[in-house]
Amino acid sequence: MSAPSVRRAGDRVFVAGVALLILWVLLPIWLLFVNALSAPAEVTAFPKRFIPSFDLASLSFFFGFSGVLDALWNSVRVAAVTMILSIGVGAPAGYALSRFDFPGKEAFRFLVVMTRAFPLPLLALPLAVMFIRTGLDDTILGLALVHTTLALPFAVLITYSLFSGIPLELEEAAWTLGCNRVQAFIKVILPLAAPGIAASAVFAFVISWNEVFAAAVLTVENRTLTAFLLQSLDVSPLPLKFAGGAALVLPALFFIFAVRKYLFAMWGIANR
Amino acid sequence: MPRLLPYLLLLPATAFLCLFFLFPFVQVAHDSVMRNGAYTLENFTRMAGHWKFSTAFWNTMLLAAVVVPIQLAMALTMASIVTKLQRGRSTILYIFAIPLGISDLAAGLVWLAIFEQSGFLNSLLVGLGVIDQPILLLGYQNTWIIFIAIVLAEVWRATAIMMVILVAGMGLIPKEYREAADVFGASRWQKFRRVTLPMLRPSLQTALILRVILAFEVFAVVVALGGTQLPVLMSETYHWQFAMQERGVAAAFAMVILGVSVAFTILILRLLHVPKGARV
Repeated sequence: MSAPSVRRAGDRVFVAGVALLILWVLLPIWLLFVNALSAPAEVTAFPKRFIPSFDLASLSFFFGFSGVLDALWNSVRVAAVTMILSIGVGAPAGYALSRFDFPGKEAFRFLVVMTRAFPLPLLALPLAVMFIRTGLDDTILGLALVHTTLALPFAVLITYSLFSGIPLELEEAAWTLGCNRVQAFIKVILPLAAPGIAASAVFAFVISWNEVFAAAVLTVENRTLTAFLLQSLDVSPLPLKFAGGAALVLPALFFIFAVRKYLFAMWGIANR
Repeated sequence: MPRLLPYLLLLPATAFLCLFFLFPFVQVAHDSVMRNGAYTLENFTRMAGHWKFSTAFWNTMLLAAVVVPIQLAMALTMASIVTKLQRGRSTILYIFAIPLGISDLAAGLVWLAIFEQSGFLNSLLVGLGVIDQPILLLGYQNTWIIFIAIVLAEVWRATAIMMVILVAGMGLIPKEYREAADVFGASRWQKFRRVTLPMLRPSLQTALILRVILAFEVFAVVVALGGTQLPVLMSETYHWQFAMQERGVAAAFAMVILGVSVAFTILILRLLHVPKGARV
């Protein structure tokens, strides 16, 4: 770890505090990976070593376990559909909020912000019935629709802040040079906003990938990884749980790394 | 056409939220007072009459009451650290933000690795000679250890959300205010107490609302660490919906969670009221 530079050299308490907090965040993840990268016999053995033996038996047991690969694939598909839906539906709204003043704008923003005051996973309960009626029960799309409800408010607010950060003058310049609105958007705005849009898409993916309650309520045959792990908690052996936990955590590490620049656009906007 | 364009762009999102957000909440409210095709409060009386209900309710409240203040203090500390840093800021911010991407189920499993009988905590305690034998930490004999494990897992997982919101909020506070405080000889603590905290109100409001709502939704962490030994509202909702196939009672539970969520949102909005002109 590189020691962070501090204003005053004698500020050891500060450095120690930072180190302690870093340890607090990273150590538990390390311990999970120690378990995931040890043989099943070592996982259940006592006492534990704090360093993995890099035995892949736990992981191959996990991936070979009946239903795991399907669940993994379902998780990826649901998250991908969620990603597409939430950007496809959310980005136009974010653009409209950033570029136009119109009656009803505040009402729409209120609707979006209001979603935060509601425990959204509960939506799965009434939707379970609605989905049975419409044939969406236990499908990838059905669950993705619920996950999109979780991700959409973020997609709207992030794209809103993204587009707000791109000067209107650029668009106007494109119009004067003969672009119509759509061309100007595609040629000028989209390239500038693309990285941010990608980040919010990744974020939507993560929301879906991590969601447990709705996934467990809405899927039976086509369970996602979280639903699979949750429903087999009381029957599955420890190595399976820890390998499954590691499989859930590992993508998250990369995703958060990929979107780290945009974390503030995602959450900071909440203040205004 | 140009006047209609914003509405056209908003239409999909609005339709989506009406169909998958507003309508289901109306539906769940309806389901909670409906039984066998007639309006009744029986779902609620069955829910309240079940012996686990008050345990689940108070467990949820107690968890939120313990977890949220710890998280607030930690998030403020972490945000102050990140704001103060000049080098290594982005690396440390990334590390602090990692739990943001970790699912509550994974967080439960992470802390299970520490607290289970052959886990790391027992290994450490035996290694240090505190105990001779590994002890069953997450057993029904000592639900308070389960409770502590859940608190740790929740604090570990969900402090990052508050931290990021607060870091963003601290970035919005104009430097001039702290400089003015410096001129008047304010100590670090005074600056934090008298300048940062009051200016941070809008962010605190957002962070607290989000966190409190999420605290009432606590589910997978509890199930991963305690199984059914420590019932909470969400796990009971799941149980009634899935295992008992009693959708009405599950809907009644949902209304309780919804009720406390909305009540606390309003409470936080009132307590941390920001006058219109006072925003930065």
